[in-house]
Amino acid sequence: MIDTRFSFAFYILTVMLLIVSFFRSREKTVRALKKAVKMFFSILPQFVSVLVIMGVLLAIVSRETVKTVIGTNSGMTGMIISGIVGAVALIPALIAFPVAAELLGNGAGLAQVAVFISTLTTVGIVTLPLEMKYFGKKIPLLRNACFFLASFFVAAVVRLVLA
Amino acid sequence: MLCSILCALVALLLLTLPELGQRILTSTLAAGKNFLLIIPPVFVCVGLLDVWVDRERMIKAMGDGSGISGVSIAFLFGVVTAIPIYALFPVAGILMKKGCRLENVLIFMCSSASIRIPLLLFETASLGWELAVTRLVCNILVVLGIAWFIGKVVPGTEKMEIYTMARRL
Repeated sequence: MIDTRFSFAFYILTVMLLIVSFFRSREKTVRALKKAVKMFFSILPQFVSVLVIMGVLLAIVSRETVKTVIGTNSGMTGMIISGIVGAVALIPALIAFPVAAELLGNGAGLAQVAVFISTLTTVGIVTLPLEMKYFGKKIPLLRNACFFLASFFVAAVVRLVLA
Repeated sequence: MLCSILCALVALLLLTLPELGQRILTSTLAAGKNFLLIIPPVFVCVGLLDVWVDRERMIKAMGDGSGISGVSIAFLFGVVTAIPIYALFPVAGILMKKGCRLENVLIFMCSSASIRIPLLLFETASLGWELAVTRLVCNILVVLGIAWFIGKVVPGTEKMEIYTMARRL
């Protein structure tokens, strides 16, 4: 619901920009659109790969599985598992926050949930092929590894502050 | 390459394990629908950015030597951009093409992924402000720290290669 509202607003903004651009220069606007199409097709293979990986994961791992995994494990092992689940999952954060709230309500550890949210939003194993298309190999690997570790730091601080 | 292997794999699954293959196909198509919904406006905006923003101006704003103000612009630009992370990569690509500094590209991308404002409001609503604020402060430090670190660690030749790649977008 909220997701569609966001994309709706985004469409309106884009159309407005296009109209302004069209009035200022028809030729430039056409060039921008051509460029958009060209760029889209040049990364289409990577997009399709990400989609298929996502499809496989979604078919095998359900939201319920995610809930049990994060909900039942505690301690460091639980944190690491939550972190990995978050790194692999591609749930929009807007759906993840209510799930996280539910988990907390059901007695899941704060640190586990914090790690899960952090890796979910910042680490993307599934989207790596796409990221590498723009950043080469080294930077995406480094970036994802750094954010994975940083998620534990954030969780530790959260636990310290909120305990 | 990866793409064709994956597609072949799904086709194989459809033949050998029709039930699982079908489930995978359904969820892939569902994910594809979401993709197709969000992707067109992103690329149109990237295209517009490409033709309307000239390199000199971008370099001045967020390029080498843009200092603290460049960092701030990248950060602010990031936190108001609310698109999925896979849609952020093309935007990052065009920023590099226009001469935005690598650190600032990373700050834009990562701050959008972890600190975006619409998300923050939603996080506060569902998880409480204490958690949201603590995470916000941590995330700001983490994003700036990691962007700085990657900028330091990645050798110049590697950066050159990526920027040459971006110039061809």
